[in-house]
Amino acid sequence: MELHDVWFVLIAVLWTGYFFLEGFDFGIGVLTKLLARDRKERRVLINTIGPVWDGNEVWLLSAGGATFAAFPEWYATLFSGFYLPLLLILICLIVRGVAFEYRAKRPEERWQTNWEHAIFWTSLIPAVLWGVAFGNIVRGVKIDADMEYVGNLWDLLNPYAILGGLVTLFLFTFHGSVFAALKTVGDIRARARWLALKLGLATAVLALGFLAWTQADNGNGWSLAAMITAVVSLVVAIGAIAAGREGWSFAFSGVTITAAVAMLFLTLFPNVMPSSLNDAWNLTVSNASSSPYTLKIMTWCAGIVTPVVLLYQGWTYWVFRKRIGTHHIADAH
Amino acid sequence: MDLALAPETLARWQFGITTVYHFLFVPLTISLAALTAGLQTAWVRTDNEKYLRATKFWGKLFLINIAMGVVTGIVQEFQFGMNWSDYSRFVGDVFGAPLAFEALIAFFFESTFIGLWIFGWDKLPKKIHLACIWMVSIGTILSTFFILAANSWMQHPVGYRINEERGRAELTDFWHVLTQNTALAQFFHTITAAFLVGGAFMVGIAAFHLARKKHIRVMRTSLRLGLVTVVIAGLLTAVSGDVLGKVMFKQQPMKMAAAEALWEGEDGAPFSLFAVGDVAKGHNTVEISIPGVLSFLADDTFTSYIPGINDINKAEQEKYGPGDYRPNIPVAFWSFRWMIGFGMASFGLGILGLWLTRRKFMLPESMRTGEDDVPNLVLFKNKALSPKLAKLYWITALWTMLFPLIANSWGWIFTEMGRQPWVVYGVFQTRDAVSPGVSQGEVLTSMIGFTALYAVLAVIEVKLLLKYVKAGPPELTEADLNPPTRIGGHDQDADRPMAFSY
Repeated sequence: MELHDVWFVLIAVLWTGYFFLEGFDFGIGVLTKLLARDRKERRVLINTIGPVWDGNEVWLLSAGGATFAAFPEWYATLFSGFYLPLLLILICLIVRGVAFEYRAKRPEERWQTNWEHAIFWTSLIPAVLWGVAFGNIVRGVKIDADMEYVGNLWDLLNPYAILGGLVTLFLFTFHGSVFAALKTVGDIRARARWLALKLGLATAVLALGFLAWTQADNGNGWSLAAMITAVVSLVVAIGAIAAGREGWSFAFSGVTITAAVAMLFLTLFPNVMPSSLNDAWNLTVSNASSSPYTLKIMTWCAGIVTPVVLLYQGWTYWVFRKRIGTHHIADAH
Repeated sequence: MDLALAPETLARWQFGITTVYHFLFVPLTISLAALTAGLQTAWVRTDNEKYLRATKFWGKLFLINIAMGVVTGIVQEFQFGMNWSDYSRFVGDVFGAPLAFEALIAFFFESTFIGLWIFGWDKLPKKIHLACIWMVSIGTILSTFFILAANSWMQHPVGYRINEERGRAELTDFWHVLTQNTALAQFFHTITAAFLVGGAFMVGIAAFHLARKKHIRVMRTSLRLGLVTVVIAGLLTAVSGDVLGKVMFKQQPMKMAAAEALWEGEDGAPFSLFAVGDVAKGHNTVEISIPGVLSFLADDTFTSYIPGINDINKAEQEKYGPGDYRPNIPVAFWSFRWMIGFGMASFGLGILGLWLTRRKFMLPESMRTGEDDVPNLVLFKNKALSPKLAKLYWITALWTMLFPLIANSWGWIFTEMGRQPWVVYGVFQTRDAVSPGVSQGEVLTSMIGFTALYAVLAVIEVKLLLKYVKAGPPELTEADLNPPTRIGGHDQDADRPMAFSY
C-alpha cells in the first residue's frame, strides 16, 4: 500500500467522520419542523447538538484541507467543477452557524422565527447536496484531458445523483431522529422514536435502491460487502429503535453511514474522480496526489492528531451525556 | 472580455471582500479569547465577583464575534479550489499542508473547546471550565501560526522545488516553510496587532460605560486591562512591524518601494509623508518627505541605498521576462500609511489613557479613587481633567476603538496587493492562478451572493453587539456562584434549567 492509498483511506475516514457527526446535526435541523411541536421543543432539539455541532463541522474543514494537501488536483477539479452547489452549501453553513448562535440572543418573535426557518432550510439543503455531490463523483462527470470539469450545472442534476441526495437527506434525518430519541426525555422522546421508525423504513427503501444502482454500475466484491453491511446495519438500527434500544440504534445508524461512505469510496478506488468522457482522463490516487514527502508529513500529522481529536471530542459527548427535556430550557431567552 | 468583469478581476475582488471581511472578526477573536481567559483566571484565583461578571460580559461579545469568524472562515478553506483551481494545482503540494495542519490541529481544538466553554458553566468544575477557554485561546493562536506560514510561503517561497514534469511546486522542507523569518515575523506582527484590536475594543466599551458612570467596578478593571493591552501590544506591533519591514525590504523590494512611492533608487532614501504620483510617467508630482528615514527603516543606517520602483521593475523584467512587475502604487502607498497611522494613533491614545488613569505611587493621594468611583483623569500633578476634557477623552476612546481593526485591514490589503502581479512571489502570477473552467457568471453569482449575505450579517452582528454592549455585565445567579465540583454536573441538579441554552 503506497502513501497515496493510505491518504485515499484517510480522506474517506474524514468524510465518514463528517457525515456521521454532522449527519445527525443536519437531521436535528430538519426535525425542528418535522418533530418539534412548539418553540420549547425546537429548542430542546437544537440544544442536544448545541455544545458539539461546531466541532462536528470541523470534520468538513479537515476533509477539505486534507484533500487540498494530499490530492491537490482532486481538490481543484471538485470545487471548481461543482461550483454552484458548493456555493449553496457554503452559504447554508454560514447562515446555519450564525442561526444557532444568534437565535436566542433577542426576544422578538420575528427574530426567533426567522432563525428557526433558517436552521431548517440550511440543514436540509446541504443534507441533500452532499448526496448529489457524492453521487456525481462516483458516477463520473465530464472531465477533460486537463482535469477540468467541462459539464454544466444541469449535468450534475441527473436521476442517480438526485436519488443520492434523497438518500443522504433521509439517512441523516433518520440518524438525527435516533439521536433525538437518545438525547431527550419526555414526550418528545417517544415521538422521536416513532418518527425514527417511519423514517428508517423510507430510508431503507431509498438506500437499497441507490446502493444497488451503485453496485450494478460500478461495484466490485469489496463494495458489495460494504453494501450488505450498510443495509443489514440499517435494518438492525430500525429494529433496535422499534425495540426501544436507542443506544444500539444510534450505533447501527452510524455503522450504516460508515459502510455507505466506505462503499462509495470502494467503488471509486483507484480513481478519485472518474471522467465520464474518457477513462484516460480519470483523476486517480496517483495522478491527483501530492509528492511522497508531503504525504509522509501529512501522515504523521493525521496519525497523531486524529486519535487525540477523537478522544477530546468523545470526552465532550461524555460531559454532556445527560438527556434534556423541555424543563431544562429556561423561559427567558 | 471587459477587463473590469474579467474572471481574474472578479475572483480577486471576491477574495479581497471575503478575506478582509473574515479578518474583521479574526483579530478580535484571538485577543478576546485570551483576555476573557485572563479575566476568568482572575475570578478562579481571587473569587472576586467583578472578574466573573467581566468574564461573562466580554465572553458574550467574544461569542457573538467568533460565530462570524468561524462561519466566514469556512469560505476561506474552499475558495482556493473554487476560484483559484490553477493556483491550487500548482501549490497544493506545499500550501495545502499548513492548511490541513490548521484544520486538524487548531480548528478541532478551538471548535470543540468553545462548545465546552459555552455550555459547560453548570457541567464542569471551575478549573476545568477555565482550562477550556485557554484551550480555545491556544487554538486561535495555533491557527494564526499555520495560516501565516502558508501566507508567508506566498510572500517568500522556500523549502520547495519545481517539478517541471507535473508543472507544480513540491515541498522539500516543511520545517523551513514553518520557521522561515517571513513566517515568524508575520506571526509576531499579526498576533500583536490582534491584541491591539482587542485592547482598544475593551478600552472603548469601558469608556462608554464609565462616561455614564455605569457598571463602574467591572469597567474600571476592563479599562485598565484594555489600556495595558493596548500599550504593550502597540509597542510590540511597532517593533514587529519594523522587523517585518526589514524582512520585506530584502525579500520583496518592489512592495516596499511601492509603499514609499520611491520611483528612483537613492542613497539615504527619504520616508514619504505625502505624495501624489504619476504612474504612467513613473514619478511623483508632489511629495513631502523626511530625508534618510526610509534607509534607516530598511537597514538601520541613514545613508544606505534603497532601490526604486523603476530600477526593480527593470531588474525583474530581466529576470522574469517582459511585463509590468509594479503593483498598484497608490494602493500600496496609502494602505501602508493608513495601516501605520490608524495603528499608531491607537497606541498613542493608549499611552495617554494609561498615564491619565495611573494609580498608586505615580498618583498623589488626593487623586486616588475607590473601586466604585470612575477614575480621575489626571494629566498633571494634583489636578484632574475638567469634566469637559474628561468627557472628551472617554468619547475619543469610544470612537477610536475600531482604529486598530482598520489598521489590520489596510495591513492585509497592503501586503497582498503589494505582492502583485505575483500570487507566489517570483514563482507564479495571479493571472495564471484562476480557475479556467469557472465562468464569469459563476464568479459574479458567488461574489454578489457572498457580498450581499455578508452585508446583511454585518448589520445583524453590529446591532447585536450594540445591544449587549449597552446591556452591560449581567447580574450573577446562584448557579454562577456555585459551579459543580464534578464533571457533568451533580445529580441533584439534573432537573434544573441549563445555565446556558440556545
